[in-house]
Amino acid sequence: MTAARPLLRHVWVVFLLLAAVAPWIVSPYELSLLGRFLALSILALGLVLLWGEAGILTLGQGVFFGLGGYVLAMHLKLTALTPGDIPDFMTWSGRSELPWWWQPFTNPGVALAAVIVVPGVCAALFAWAVFRRRVVGVYFALITQALALCFATLLVSQQETTGGFNGLTDFSTLLGFELAAKGTVWTLYWITVAFVTLSFLGLRWLMRSPFGMMLRATRDGENRVRFLGHNPTPYKVAAFTISAMLAGLGGALFTLHAGVVSPALVGVVPSIEMVIWVAVGGRGSLWGAVAGTLLVNFAKDEISSALPDAWLYVLGLVFILVVTLVPRGVAGIIEDALSRLRPVSPGRKVAAVTSPAGGGS
Amino acid sequence: MDELPLIAGQVFNSFSVASLFVLAALGLALSFGLMRVINMAHGEMLMLGGYLAYLVFLVVPGPLAIFVAMPVAFVGAALVGAGLEMTVIRRLVARPLDTLLATWGVSLILQQAARNIFGAIGVGVTAPAWLNHTIAIANGPLAGLTIPATRIFIVAVAVAVLGALNLLLARTRIGLLVRAVNQDREMAAASGINVRQVDLGVFCLGAGIAGLAGVVLALLGPVTPNVGQSYIVPAFLVVILGGLGSLVGTMIAAMLAGLVSALSQIFVDVSSSQVLVLLFVVLFLQFRPQGVIAVRSRALDG
Repeated sequence: MTAARPLLRHVWVVFLLLAAVAPWIVSPYELSLLGRFLALSILALGLVLLWGEAGILTLGQGVFFGLGGYVLAMHLKLTALTPGDIPDFMTWSGRSELPWWWQPFTNPGVALAAVIVVPGVCAALFAWAVFRRRVVGVYFALITQALALCFATLLVSQQETTGGFNGLTDFSTLLGFELAAKGTVWTLYWITVAFVTLSFLGLRWLMRSPFGMMLRATRDGENRVRFLGHNPTPYKVAAFTISAMLAGLGGALFTLHAGVVSPALVGVVPSIEMVIWVAVGGRGSLWGAVAGTLLVNFAKDEISSALPDAWLYVLGLVFILVVTLVPRGVAGIIEDALSRLRPVSPGRKVAAVTSPAGGGS
Repeated sequence: MDELPLIAGQVFNSFSVASLFVLAALGLALSFGLMRVINMAHGEMLMLGGYLAYLVFLVVPGPLAIFVAMPVAFVGAALVGAGLEMTVIRRLVARPLDTLLATWGVSLILQQAARNIFGAIGVGVTAPAWLNHTIAIANGPLAGLTIPATRIFIVAVAVAVLGALNLLLARTRIGLLVRAVNQDREMAAASGINVRQVDLGVFCLGAGIAGLAGVVLALLGPVTPNVGQSYIVPAFLVVILGGLGSLVGTMIAAMLAGLVSALSQIFVDVSSSQVLVLLFVVLFLQFRPQGVIAVRSRALDG
């Protein structure tokens, strides 16, 4: 019984090592993809806290991803300029001065902090307004979807200050480092791996804390939590805010890896795709979320380059089949297989039984 | 001076926008009230109705093609709705959030299918001559106001559908069954009503109404694979605003959303008006989280 357990428990070391030495193993193109997808998996980790733990489904996570990405992209655009100049796309649309809300991001410190602070503050305000009045479940999901729609259409329509449909691209340096240089690319990749690890550990700690227990209790019976004398609203707002901050961080890292941020990455469709990464991996499992993100995105890359038309059919089928047949995702399948291989202690069994199959009432 | 006709024009515009919202949201509200599920592929029922109208207009010549297209679109969308209910939604009734995701998958597949069959560029329907003119008011305080006949037609269709639905629900035996299941699903099942069948019927009806809305949409602009998406998010907001599956609530909510959307367009552009509608909904929920019409219930977990 104990023979297999220590090995399995430390299997993460292997994955972390593999991730760390990846730059020497894979091609530069694959490394660039891996970097992007790992950045996305930070967002996915946040969704585990929000959806798996708290049972709150959001269809608007792209908004916070986009806020993080755009904040950093604004800084990258500004550092490339001589002081007093404005980005070229603004000149083309007839603007002569920088809008006031671009100005703070000239400072690298402000911009890097804003990557997390801006999505966090926006998310906290929005979540507080909505959760305060006990808007839950399907209602909440649909409102967040409308939020994503509004955000993307605003970005497209305010072309002269946001770069419109093309978004912001064509970056050169960050903090003086050449973004295209091999050394920067590798360092950036390792930084991304470090952030994924940190987010993973931080969330695992959070989910095992009383805070995590309150979230699960709220998910399984919000009214019971209220009857027991607790107010679940602050916990839900906190969960939403934390996941938005992680989304912002992921968005900023993704922008650095991809060299572009645009409305096509933050609207209704990408926002709901983010949920399916987590659904495929397993909504209740942190490592499942990372695995699901990598799996879906590499599959997307492969399939859409081989058969462009087929990808949306595949994605549609994945949505339907995962949700109806394997609601616990890849993580659930593997956990079940492992627990069949060897007897488990009662504690783990309870955890497996109560892990979410539904999600909200 | 010129402001009165402008505002009157926008108010009328808001009626026609609201009519579209009502037609798109009715089906959602009906099945949400009954089953607590939202069908994310509902927008694709609009799209389907639009494409069916396009096909009918190809086959049937003459000014009355639209009256052939409407029943065809209704039945076509209702049949697809039946397939969707029996294969996907029925399996997920107890998991409303998962239903959102699964039906989103259906919507992706339907959109891509439309793209492969009809092409990514929209197809157009030419409105018959009797709809293809505008009514201009020449004198009086509203001089200068013009109203396109298609917009009047849309309002007429919405009023007709609402009237027919009201009759169906209030006066017929089917309506009685629907109301019974809506009020208390378990009690209805215990008194021998086949609740599954009622679910299916209502879902088909809702999909059919969306199909009708698709025909109307085809008169306004080209039918594209994404046409449903642009109407469905406002329709979701209307359902939220209206309250749990209440017809009157849906109607009032559509009017409110239409008014906010059309009137704000006097001052700001279309995309900002979308933001204003969302803000309005979030603000409204601060005062009435249950929506316009609250269905009284003693159950805490609705």
